[in-house]
Amino acid sequence: MPHDHHDHDHDHSHEGLSPSGHPYRADNDTELSYWQVMEIALRELLIEKGHLTAAQIHAQINAMDSRSPANGARVVARAWVDPEFKAALLADAGAASRAMGFDIGPMHLIALENTEEVHNVVVCTLCSCYPRNLLGLPPDWYKSRAYRSRTVIEPRKVLSEFGLTLPEHMQVRVHDSTADMRYIVLPAQPEGSFGLTEEELAAWVTRDSMIGVGLPQAPQ
Amino acid sequence: MKVRIKSHWPPGHIRTPAYLRGKIGQIERRIGLFNNPEETAYRQTGPQRELVRVRFRMADIWGARAERGEDVIEAEIYAHWLEPV
Amino acid sequence: MVLTSAAGLMTTDSLRRVLEDMGAEAYETMTYYERWIASIAQNMVEAGAVTSDELGAKMAEVRARGATYGAAS
Repeated sequence: MPHDHHDHDHDHSHEGLSPSGHPYRADNDTELSYWQVMEIALRELLIEKGHLTAAQIHAQINAMDSRSPANGARVVARAWVDPEFKAALLADAGAASRAMGFDIGPMHLIALENTEEVHNVVVCTLCSCYPRNLLGLPPDWYKSRAYRSRTVIEPRKVLSEFGLTLPEHMQVRVHDSTADMRYIVLPAQPEGSFGLTEEELAAWVTRDSMIGVGLPQAPQ
Repeated sequence: MKVRIKSHWPPGHIRTPAYLRGKIGQIERRIGLFNNPEETAYRQTGPQRELVRVRFRMADIWGARAERGEDVIEAEIYAHWLEPV
Repeated sequence: MVLTSAAGLMTTDSLRRVLEDMGAEAYETMTYYERWIASIAQNMVEAGAVTSDELGAKMAEVRARGATYGAAS
């Protein structure tokens, strides 16, 4: 299930631009599909009628391209080394991220702290809500019906399939992103990483650890 | 504070998950006022609604099927979907 | 999507509502991005930003340019 490609949306034979600005790779050999025709037509019509400009589209794509899990990793690493920042992050994660210089737009962000007693995991059962404005695009499996339905029913089984088995004494908290809040898990700092610099620590923070399906680990 | 999610089943764009309707939980925190997606989905702009995070015990949602009864689910529910217990 | 929302033409909620109304078959037969294109297009028609007639004509024009995405852009 962690490698579920049911949606095929990372099949990079799609060309051009997705509505969300995710850049496809150019492939002039693939036959044009009905939906690709619609996408081109829609974009051109909206520009012709003055609802959008090409410059806006390019700026939006650039903004989206600049968002990746590396941003979240830097936020987590700072929280590990700076207790004041960590407190600020837990009080208002959006403000703390902006204070670090990340343009997260209007996103409302909540940071969820993993401790020795509590493990947090995030899901959107209704669609695929994800802190895109900080972390970029979600992985395919996060958008799959399997993940979205099973994580609220049997989170420990789902986590074990990701390689994460939690002891019985720990409480699992599943956060269903049903409305305007977006969530980032603040993983516990792993043994073996203490004493590293903030920059070195950021490399330990995986995307999966910020969703809650994995733990931070030493860079490969 | 203990609350129950209303067991209502209206048509339209509803952001209260089916698996939580009729279930009892605790208010974890109040988040403030937000546009009501039930209306904005249809380009209607009514008054903003209060959004609340509610915490549910797995045992209270899934009963004996729960992996661990004291694990929890937390979800954002609009106040108009809550009723007192 | 972000831009059409900012232009007041649709919201995240109207995007989702149209996706939901497409039903399970769309989920089975269309990719994530295809469903998004379909939802945005319907939203634009609902908002009055484009008409079905205009879209149909433009789509025919796009198709006539060539058989590949590169040629049609």
